[in-house]
Amino acid sequence: MAASNSVLGLYDTPNAGADAMDGLKSAGFELGTFDVLTGTPYPEGAFGEYVPQHRLFRFPFFGAMVGITLAILFTAGTQLAYPVITGGKPILAVFAMLIIAYELTMLGAVVATVVGIIFESRLPNLNLGAYDTRITEGYIGVVVECEDDRLEEARGVLQTAGALEIKTA
Amino acid sequence: MQQRRILDEFTVNHELLRGNLATPKWWLPTVLGLLVVVLFGFTLMGIMFNRGLGVTGLSRPVYWGLFITTFVFWVGISHAGIMISAILRLTQAEWRRPVTRAAELLTVFSLLTALFFPLIHAGRPWRIFYWITPYDFARGIFPNARSPLVWDPFAIGTYLTGSTLFLYVALLPDLGVLRDRTTGWKRSFYTVASLGWRGNPRQWRLQTVAGILLSALMLPIFVSVHSIVSWDFAVTPAVEGWHSTVFAPYFVVGAVHSGVSAVVTMMALMRWLWGWDNYIRPEHFDALARLLIVVACAWLALTFAELIFGVYSLEAPERALREMQMFEWPWNLLFIIFFLTGFAIPVPLWFFKRVRNNIAMMFWTSILVNIGMWLERFLIIVPGLSRKQPFVFTWDSYQVSPLEWGLLLWSFAWVMMLMLLFSKFFPLIPLFETKESQVFTTDVQIGRVTMPAVIRELD
Repeated sequence: MAASNSVLGLYDTPNAGADAMDGLKSAGFELGTFDVLTGTPYPEGAFGEYVPQHRLFRFPFFGAMVGITLAILFTAGTQLAYPVITGGKPILAVFAMLIIAYELTMLGAVVATVVGIIFESRLPNLNLGAYDTRITEGYIGVVVECEDDRLEEARGVLQTAGALEIKTA
Repeated sequence: MQQRRILDEFTVNHELLRGNLATPKWWLPTVLGLLVVVLFGFTLMGIMFNRGLGVTGLSRPVYWGLFITTFVFWVGISHAGIMISAILRLTQAEWRRPVTRAAELLTVFSLLTALFFPLIHAGRPWRIFYWITPYDFARGIFPNARSPLVWDPFAIGTYLTGSTLFLYVALLPDLGVLRDRTTGWKRSFYTVASLGWRGNPRQWRLQTVAGILLSALMLPIFVSVHSIVSWDFAVTPAVEGWHSTVFAPYFVVGAVHSGVSAVVTMMALMRWLWGWDNYIRPEHFDALARLLIVVACAWLALTFAELIFGVYSLEAPERALREMQMFEWPWNLLFIIFFLTGFAIPVPLWFFKRVRNNIAMMFWTSILVNIGMWLERFLIIVPGLSRKQPFVFTWDSYQVSPLEWGLLLWSFAWVMMLMLLFSKFFPLIPLFETKESQVFTTDVQIGRVTMPAVIRELD
């Protein structure tokens, strides 16, 4: 099997970057194998890019469930383990338990959301592949993942769109 | 956004990373000066742990004094971050952009500082584990989940963890920028800290969703934290002036008042120290002052409600307490200073556009608010405890000891030092938000006037 390469074309305007993305689509490169890299969040669809669906919204629910379970275990467990009967009232003080349950539910949801953001962003990934530091200075990077046999074709498409520089990793 | 200047990404990086990529001349002497005060504060803590709480002015019946006042004060300041960052993010207020990072940072560091005070107030902080951790199975000692003093660590712990994560997630793109501008060990550090951020559409989209989702999750926590802090007092029926149903909203709104004022103070300092005139503009102070007028009026209404409900019941002890708070020396002087600095001087001034757009005036009025808000907490906590209660046979007036004043000073130096250390390694104004503002804003011609118009993303 041919080795996978990462090719980056660097552009100085968003329009040139969008042209490169169009060129890659026309040349038959599969969606998901090429991407645009920017130092600024551009409006969605500015480059005709493909953004796969994420499942971030599931994470807070899962975290909240874990949080509330821990809270019930903590509050009920400590009260039952050391029962203090106050004024003949039930041992489990529901109002007090609700406060701690609320906090731990929210804590679980927040922590899980952050885990979800990192996971869904496909981070951490310390290997940047083909990358140029000028991307965070306003240049637009268009990166293609391809096999050896399509490498020259990818470089050609990026060059045709007006790439200032092409890098391979 | 009338005063906006069009800036390219290179200029934004260059100007906003000024403090990170080079060290301003004033930075090191200031940090060293603050470090001296911080070390002095830690020495005072050591003395207190060694000799006991007798070195403070605390004595029966006033067991909660300056430490708890300062704890409530810093928890209040911490409400700046979420108020500014989350609410303005959710409402897509365009002027939020240079403010959010500083506000979130203030939240994290002030909460961290607030946490110190109940710990040192406990006298033997290493025994804190009994307080919240159910670990002593052998002796059957467990935390009392019914006590607000156990609710507090859960609320503050949740808020601190959430705020820190919120801050970190929003830092990721900027850490990527720093990675690209540094070399050597710094580059390695930022590469790991940025988790390999590349800035593809998937990552940007999740960054936007994360901002909204985390804001929505943090807002209920923000409301609950100071409500729970207020219940430390409000669920105590034995102390006059504390057992009040209005305390939760009163504390939350008061916290927002002091927190947003602290953000104003910090923004003025950032503009002066780093020369960020293109980013922190008079229009931002104008917007914050308008917000503060609304918050201050709500706070005044709740202050009035708290006082009037106490007096209206015609209960003799409650009336005597209010009389003491407002008319007896030295509380009357503190009350007058509290009212003048917390509301009567700054708020009428903010009605004038000239004041709202004058950064020096905004700086000083925001400082006045926080003097007033510290005194407010002191006047809530100490007078109620100072009055003779049934079955209390010895009582003394509370005199704040020099050690307590020293630790109050320590807390300010500590927060400022942490802020300055952060500013050396991380940008204080979000770069990507500033750049996004440039991309999403364009000038449009309407008749004979050219106006900046902001593009909104489709939902």
